[in-house]
Amino acid sequence: MEILVCARRVPDTSENEIELNSAGNDIERDDLVYSINEWDNYAVEEALQIVARVGGNVTVVTVGGEDDEEILRREMAMGANHGVLISDDAFRGSDGRGLATILAVFVRKGPYDLILTGVQAEDGGAQVGGMLAALLDYPFASLVNSVEVLDGKLKVSREIAGGNKEINEIDLPCVLSIQTGINEPRYVGMRGIRQVASIPIPTPSASDLGIDPATVGQAAAKVKRVDYFVPALGKGAEMLQGSREENIDKLLELVAAKGGLK
Amino acid sequence: MARIFAYIVHKVGVADDSATELVAAAKKIDPAASPTAIVTGCGADLDAVCSTLRSSYSEVWKIAHETLAYPNAELIRKALVKVLPQGSILLVAHEHFGIDLAPGLSIKLNSTFVSDVLVIEGVDGVTLRVVRQEFGGQVSTHVRCDISSGAVITVRPGAFKPLESAPASGSVVDKSSEIGVLVARRRYLETVVAEAGDVDITKHSVLVSIGRGIQEKDNVAIAQELADALGAAVSCSRPVVDAKWLEKSRQVGTSGKTVKPKVYLACGISGAFQHLAGIKGNPFIVAINKNPKAPIFQVADVGIVDDLLEFLPEFTNKVREMRTVSAK
Ligand SMILES: Cc1cc2nc3c(=O)[nH]c(=O)nc-3n(C[C@H](O)[C@H](O)[C@H](O)COP(=O)(O)OP(=O)(O)OC[C@H]3O[C@@H](n4cnc5c(N)ncnc54)[C@H](O)[C@@H]3O)c2cc1C
Ligand SMILES: Nc1ncnc2c1ncn2[C@@H]1O[C@H](COP(=O)(O)O)[C@@H](O)[C@H]1O
Repeated sequence: MEILVCARRVPDTSENEIELNSAGNDIERDDLVYSINEWDNYAVEEALQIVARVGGNVTVVTVGGEDDEEILRREMAMGANHGVLISDDAFRGSDGRGLATILAVFVRKGPYDLILTGVQAEDGGAQVGGMLAALLDYPFASLVNSVEVLDGKLKVSREIAGGNKEINEIDLPCVLSIQTGINEPRYVGMRGIRQVASIPIPTPSASDLGIDPATVGQAAAKVKRVDYFVPALGKGAEMLQGSREENIDKLLELVAAKGGLK
Repeated sequence: MARIFAYIVHKVGVADDSATELVAAAKKIDPAASPTAIVTGCGADLDAVCSTLRSSYSEVWKIAHETLAYPNAELIRKALVKVLPQGSILLVAHEHFGIDLAPGLSIKLNSTFVSDVLVIEGVDGVTLRVVRQEFGGQVSTHVRCDISSGAVITVRPGAFKPLESAPASGSVVDKSSEIGVLVARRRYLETVVAEAGDVDITKHSVLVSIGRGIQEKDNVAIAQELADALGAAVSCSRPVVDAKWLEKSRQVGTSGKTVKPKVYLACGISGAFQHLAGIKGNPFIVAINKNPKAPIFQVADVGIVDDLLEFLPEFTNKVREMRTVSAK
């Protein structure tokens, strides 16, 4: 099975406090720790596990800039066979539809039987996978939390409300958006990354792929982010500002008063 | 202004809470709008849903077909492409069905997709102005959307308060004959219900809930010790389950359990909406987080900025001390 995994590099929210820049038009990006979008890492692990069972190759693709190459190397260190960086100034400012348009062109040029995306990107809208499937006219399943390969089709489970699972059969080729927790992504050390450091990564541009720049990027985007802000939602908590000991005493008193000591 | 529709999710004959929220969202797009509900399904369940929707929508489009007995997004997408007028605005709740349906539908309708909307500010000409969140709710963004060729919009559950005044009795229009033959390349087989775990967190009045901030499996014991001292149970956010540190039955949130405790101690939990959606009954929420900007502090009653790995054991000791004093 030839599997393509779409991945994106994002600021790691568990490592960073996301703050606004002084102009309010972006988050403060200096000193941010970036990593692969969490969902996409699960998608790569799933692809590797499928290939381990039925054979084939895993390619990881990202639409981005030079800096985004690091996530491709990381996933290659995990075991992905190929990495591809689709990169062109014309792609800047693409909305979800623009990204899906670029990825669809790339998929059509390749041998892929199965395309995996993450459910959502930290700074995205859970949209690229479903759009990509529709552009390719492939069947789609979102929120996938298990995959079994059958003959010419897959048996997949989707996560629905309350931790219940919806089991479906889906014809290949298809697009799946992968949910966290589907597997336990393997660990990647610095050594592994060094081992793949010299493998060339192709970087096709808009013209290499035959993409009309007018159909992607800022110009074609119908959805545009204007600014970033931090809203004052609700009343906000009463913050305990004392020393740790004082805070503990106060908290104990409050919790007891609310019936928290049984 | 384009005609506004709301796709209504339902189960066993009962419309989802989003049914009334989507009316409120439609009115934010166009105060004069009288949105049309669309429901698909079959049999008595579908009729029951149509009849309840008549109290909040002036028109209800019913699409009945046996193949739609289970809401398969691929089939429903095909049905909607057949019945929706060009340039329509379609609203649907941002949950497991909407996430499955909406992005692909927007491509097939050649309209704009706007995801997980929290606030609708209004429309200027063909520009819809909305507010979304990124990075698990740590920041919000103002977003402008060109809706000149229509839009598919997913709306965050709970973000829009249902209107007080509902229109009286709407009419049901049967659109079933317009959908033609639907063939799916993804076929629904069955639903597997979540397993009950060792502890039923929905029955506890005090929960010590841990998130990714607990950092590793061995640290779960720190929370368990506090829970034991308080007479509480340990629950958690999703990453703790994903990492297999606790069973799925301990997870609070949209894809986990809905809990109704009196006191909820959120330790190392950032406060993503999918987590908060599982906390009902207006409990007293305590947030312990080392990031003073964590969104959880906006919904908590009491907040403490501290390292939970140090704070929780000291708190546990204090609770134990107090217990021994009061036992004497
Ligand atoms: C379809 C879908 C369904 C979902 N369903 C659910 C669901 O049912 N339940 C759920 O919980 N999530 C769910 N999620 C995931 C959700 O969006 C968030 O990713 C998740 O809730 C984040 O969990 P967290 O707060 O533990 O982790 P994070 O967001 O990573 O936050 C960790 C927090 O811990 C703090 N911290 C770190 N170290 C320490 C320390 N030593 N001391 C104190 N604080 C510390 C950090 O400051 C941070 O605020 C769902 C997502 C999707 C897409
Ligand atoms: N720039 C990108 N390059 C490749 N894949 C992407 C990109 N952006 C998003 N994706 C994929 O689409 C998924 C959903 O992202 P989003 O729709 O932006 O929330 C991600 O988890 C990735 O798999």
